[in-house]
Amino acid sequence: MDLDFTADQDAFRAEARAWLHAHVPSPPLPSLETEEGFAAHRAWEAELAADRWSVVSWPAAYGGRDAGLLRWLVFEEEYYAAGAPGRVGQNGINLLAPTLFDHGTEEQRARILPPMASGEVVWAQAWSEPEAGSDLASLRSRAVRTEGGWLLSGQKTWSSRAAFADRAFGLFRSEPDTPKPHQGLTYLMFDLRAPGVTVRPIGRLDGKPAFAELFLDDVFVPDEDVIGEPGQGWRVAMSTAGNERGLTLRSPGRFLASADRLAALWRAHGRDPFTRDRVADAVIGARAYQLFTYAGASRFLDGEPIGPESSLNKVFWSEYDIALHETALDLLGGEGELADTTDDEGGGWAEGYVFSLAGPIYAGTNEIQRDIIAERLLGLPKGRR
Amino acid sequence: MRFLLDDEQRAFAHSLDALLTAADTPSAVRSWGAGDHTAGRALWSRIADAGVFALAVPEAYEGVGPLPVELAVAFVELGRHAVPGPLVETVAAPALLTEPGLAKRFLPGLASGETIATVAATNGSYPLEDSYALDGDAATTLLALDGGGLRLAPGHGPVRTSIDPARRLTRPAPGGELLATGPQVTAAAAHSLTWARLATAAQALGVGLTLLDRTVAYVKQRSQFGVPIGSFQAVKHRLADAKVALEFARPLLFGAALTMDPADVAAAKVTACEAAYTTARTALQLHGAIGYTAEYDLSLWLTKARALRTAWGTPGECRGMVLNS
Repeated sequence: MDLDFTADQDAFRAEARAWLHAHVPSPPLPSLETEEGFAAHRAWEAELAADRWSVVSWPAAYGGRDAGLLRWLVFEEEYYAAGAPGRVGQNGINLLAPTLFDHGTEEQRARILPPMASGEVVWAQAWSEPEAGSDLASLRSRAVRTEGGWLLSGQKTWSSRAAFADRAFGLFRSEPDTPKPHQGLTYLMFDLRAPGVTVRPIGRLDGKPAFAELFLDDVFVPDEDVIGEPGQGWRVAMSTAGNERGLTLRSPGRFLASADRLAALWRAHGRDPFTRDRVADAVIGARAYQLFTYAGASRFLDGEPIGPESSLNKVFWSEYDIALHETALDLLGGEGELADTTDDEGGGWAEGYVFSLAGPIYAGTNEIQRDIIAERLLGLPKGRR
Repeated sequence: MRFLLDDEQRAFAHSLDALLTAADTPSAVRSWGAGDHTAGRALWSRIADAGVFALAVPEAYEGVGPLPVELAVAFVELGRHAVPGPLVETVAAPALLTEPGLAKRFLPGLASGETIATVAATNGSYPLEDSYALDGDAATTLLALDGGGLRLAPGHGPVRTSIDPARRLTRPAPGGELLATGPQVTAAAAHSLTWARLATAAQALGVGLTLLDRTVAYVKQRSQFGVPIGSFQAVKHRLADAKVALEFARPLLFGAALTMDPADVAAAKVTACEAAYTTARTALQLHGAIGYTAEYDLSLWLTKARALRTAWGTPGECRGMVLNS
């Protein structure tokens, strides 16, 4: 048992740190959830990609560095410690790409991954529907066979980044009368600007259009944009969901950097005694999350799959993120209410707080995660939800 | 980097678990709480034979250590089985006795388990906060830190009961042999505190793990409204939260054992103790009235979770250490 990185890993860390030091934009980019900010973040993805820092864990053929899990963790620690921008390409990179690596064809990978890595094509997810949230398998949007492809119809909602993104991926019902709801679903990718697609942006709590509703009316999708076998979409998607909840959606580097910023804020506020314990908990929680991830990565590198324990991870970071931001806002007092600045002394924390509030809801609600923990890790009997 | 216990460390945990499972520990805990140390001492000898106390003692003094990771592995098992006695104090004592003369005199006995040590700091001169010596009536060596230095106390005052009946508290008697004085005692006390906190964190994690296991087993077999109560979401979600708390305390414990940095150890201590305490509250609530009885064995772990939360550093002191404030 050790926590030591190799000389190669340390050299990789130093190289990443030096590059980030030279390139991270200052002042910070405008909010990712605005048209202007989205464009600026897309340009940042291109800058990362130009020096092959946008997808370090991918194979070199698609723009990566074959970095492996540990060096990916190292990169993420350096990335967020440097105060680098949020990742506009995250949905594609963290959710779609792992699915393409596991279930896509070589043609799909060669066509889709390089422009994803460079930010040229930004992806949105299209899972939820108005009547299919936690019970995702009850979804109704249809994919109907047509010559050379499929016609998509129906409504998707809570589609993150779809207000400004280029393409989307999701599940569609391709066989209407199956014995079980998770049968007969197909995993498809489609163009958000294709004929028949209407995107209606939705303002989140602070009004920024962080997600959208999608109305689909006979949208044509060619066969080449089906991932895996038609009808097998649930299995294909669940491997994505496992990834999303697992090691890669929220890297420890992000919370270590946030906890450092919070501790610095607390010291700058005269070591405020009223928030001291909560600041300490934020520092401890970031370390716990880092070490938990190191242990998970070590098991993964030993050949163990990331299983239902990823639900522990999701409950932890989503609750942690809210507590951290609440502490910062309480520490800031009246200043914390400001939402129109991006520096540490104001709205940067307020926007982070608004974003954090969504954490226990998306990527499988924390109630669903707790059911998974109870049933699959503790072995408790299934019951009515 | 490979942040996982190796096969040997896991085998060590399994062998201790097997030893303690075979030993009818609950009955030893109950007689210990009644002042009868016979069964507890027999258990102590077997734990010593398994090499647990030697982990805190350097090889030069007949130990095998210092091996904090293995010590944490062992103390998780001791906590899981609610083993009574001044276990933490006995593995924290070697760090107080590093001066060669004292080490030669005391450490071999501590390593072999023949010496049962307990420790108290009777004023605020040292960073050791516990002013009561745990199980002074069972200890063979009672170390007292006060304004004058480190003393070998000649005995102890009245035995006080605590919230955990198996933890009996005493004050060291005044006088006795002065073992060490001066600034090196302060430094040794700080080092000893780090060991005490690490062992307490591990013990608390073990207490929490057993509380979770026993409660999961209970809610699977206890039926109400015609179904096991473990099928209700209100029950599942409390247990899921306990599981999250314990599983995030575990890496802090082993991370701290690797660095032995006082801030890392304080973080592990507060987190493991809070996780165990949260689990104790959940365990009591989900057992209902039977859990609130002294005769049901769950009480052995419930009361220990509360006691360990403040032993060797309150939550506030540990959080202060994390922020260096």
